[in-house]
Amino acid sequence: MRRKTFTGGGVHPPEYKELTEHLALEAMPIPEQLAVPLSQCLGRPAKPLVKKGSEVKTGTLIAEADGYISVAVHSPVTGRVTGIGREHSGNGSLQDVVLIQPSESQERDYLPPIEPESASAGELIERIRQAGIVGQGGAAFPTYVKISPPRDKKIDSLVINACECEPYLTRDYRLMLDRTFDLISGVRILMKILGLRKSSIGIEDNKPEAIRKLRETAGTDGDLEIIPLKTKYPQGGEKMLLKAVLDREVPQGKLPMDVGAVVQNTGTAVAVHDAVVNGEPAIKAVLTVSGRGIRKPRNLVVPVGTAIRDVIRFCGGIHETAARILVGGPMMGTAQHSARTPVVKATSGILVLTKEEISWGRETACLKCGRCVSACALNLMPTRLARLSRLGRFEEAGKLNITTCMECGTCAYECPAHIPLVQWIRLGKQAVLRMQRNRN
Amino acid sequence: MTSETNQTPTTQNRLQLTTSPHLHNNWTTPRAMWAVSAALAPSTAAALLFFGWSQIGILLTSILCAAATEALIQKLRKQPVTIGDGSVVLTGWLLALTLPPDFSLVSAGIGAIAAVGVGKHVFGGLGYNIFNPALVGRAFLQAAFPVAMTTWRSPNFADAVTSATPLGALKFDAAASALFPMFAGNTGGCLGETSALAVLASGVFLIVIGIVNWRIPASMTLGVLVFGTLIWLMNPQAHPSPVYHLLGGGFMLGALFMATDWVSSPVTSRGMWIFGLGISLIVVVIRVFGGLPEGMMYAILIMNAFVPMIDRFTRPRVFGAVA
Repeated sequence: MRRKTFTGGGVHPPEYKELTEHLALEAMPIPEQLAVPLSQCLGRPAKPLVKKGSEVKTGTLIAEADGYISVAVHSPVTGRVTGIGREHSGNGSLQDVVLIQPSESQERDYLPPIEPESASAGELIERIRQAGIVGQGGAAFPTYVKISPPRDKKIDSLVINACECEPYLTRDYRLMLDRTFDLISGVRILMKILGLRKSSIGIEDNKPEAIRKLRETAGTDGDLEIIPLKTKYPQGGEKMLLKAVLDREVPQGKLPMDVGAVVQNTGTAVAVHDAVVNGEPAIKAVLTVSGRGIRKPRNLVVPVGTAIRDVIRFCGGIHETAARILVGGPMMGTAQHSARTPVVKATSGILVLTKEEISWGRETACLKCGRCVSACALNLMPTRLARLSRLGRFEEAGKLNITTCMECGTCAYECPAHIPLVQWIRLGKQAVLRMQRNRN
Repeated sequence: MTSETNQTPTTQNRLQLTTSPHLHNNWTTPRAMWAVSAALAPSTAAALLFFGWSQIGILLTSILCAAATEALIQKLRKQPVTIGDGSVVLTGWLLALTLPPDFSLVSAGIGAIAAVGVGKHVFGGLGYNIFNPALVGRAFLQAAFPVAMTTWRSPNFADAVTSATPLGALKFDAAASALFPMFAGNTGGCLGETSALAVLASGVFLIVIGIVNWRIPASMTLGVLVFGTLIWLMNPQAHPSPVYHLLGGGFMLGALFMATDWVSSPVTSRGMWIFGLGISLIVVVIRVFGGLPEGMMYAILIMNAFVPMIDRFTRPRVFGAVA
């Protein structure tokens, strides 16, 4: 049978998943100090409810959501607040953090568990909001917003994103194997919220073990369809996934709900289960620590607010050959200039890469080979967009849909001239968005 | 490393900061150029086999003059000298393979200078040329030395002593050549073009490793089959058959090595089809109705000129575009 996938474009970078795919999830011990960021989603930072000296338990609300696109933050440990500080976030900007010193004894202050069968959709959404869950797919959008679409948007499909198409990352894979039951429970809760009888899990065919286990656990009710997809990057992009699974194309500037679909990540579904059934707020990040620069690659469950330095230390430290530390995957992740960066709810990986793995060469002139054009999953013309950005011709770049770009990195990965296409396009995108804002 | 990261248990390395993506597929400009050059080995071997060892002089002259021209121009313009990236070697090499056997070395050198000087650096160097540089050099030689450029020698293993190319023999003497020697390379013609087999083998290799986009040779072949058949059916005695078109002259070399030159061919998939079909139409028309027996070079150069326009009008439909 021909596997489903999105049409046109895409690449298949080396997976490097063999470094960690066989390693079950482990809980990392509580570090000596935590710096819990107040900014956990792409919206506004939360407003702190604690101050220096406050005693908190594991799960105590320490900051409340500030507005609609903002999420609550809970203490990942039991201990004492030592102040509000500033730390760099994964993207390099400075942000407020709640500094917490863990104490010897750990106590839980969870939300009351909810029986998903008897609860109403409203109660379940409220719980997901209270628990401060954010999307685990990368963009870190508040989950409760995504599952409560406006009334005029009729949702007929829920697609669970189990692609994990970024190389190295295996935390979704491990969640599928190690927490299969909870994952499926979480998916069923999401179905109940959306009033759906059926949903699909889109999973790339490089994970046959997970496909088998999910099918086995989902049972024969037929409410959950596991759909194997041909392995191709960037299939984990929402738009690509919907094209692959439902053959629906999200129009430019629109969202999945505009084509009647909601996409949720594997990790998000597990977090939903934890919040509803166990009353556990989003206080842990499930992440893969990998790369040839790390001594002991692992799949970890880490308290939010742990410095990546502590995670690296727990994984045996780094090799002499380490050249770059990333938060996220190698295609879209961000290089870190400091190992103090705290882990956030949406952190999916910490990678320590060596020079050999990065393998970037010297830039030459564009040879117009067209590889970036045929590789672009969104049918853009990366070489043209990058050139227009470089020349400052943002008006033209805007006309060529530069803002559609999702910065997946496929073009730059393919470019034999080693032109930093994504960097130029990102610059152009920002300029175009600025122009559009000024016009309005 | 920064002071903070010194607190990690190991290493004194400095952390690199760049934007994503952090992985690369390992292709580089030099690697691609050298791979194409390496792929010319079978055709070069065929040239030496059919026309003798002495032909190596033409190859070396062309390559050395091409490289020297590039180095000189870059020195004069105070730019870094990039003869190591393989592209200029490739230009010189390709030019040599499009020259007749026993061609004058001085003329070959002049052709290489024109190819690199006029074909490449006048436009701004690598990546900026509109026309295929090797073909610019060849067009220059065709204009400057028209007799020498059409003086052929029979290959080493020919039964009949004929000094015409198969296309020329058909056009001027109404004598069709046998197809098998045209496929193997045992016919009159330019050094690298006579053996369709050698070019085809290299071309398939380049397509498989992903350097040559299959759409250009495929559309050219399709075009020749369609246009060539239509014209052939009008008068099968006088006109070359479509297979004759495919195996004769520089079609294979042009389709797999010249028209597929990255810089001077379209970047869009639809553009590649239009480009290839355009070349095939022009080459069939020149061969059948023109004054010359062969028109591959002009067909490609003419379509090269249309590439910026083709790219402009064949932009793919952006994902999610609202009509």
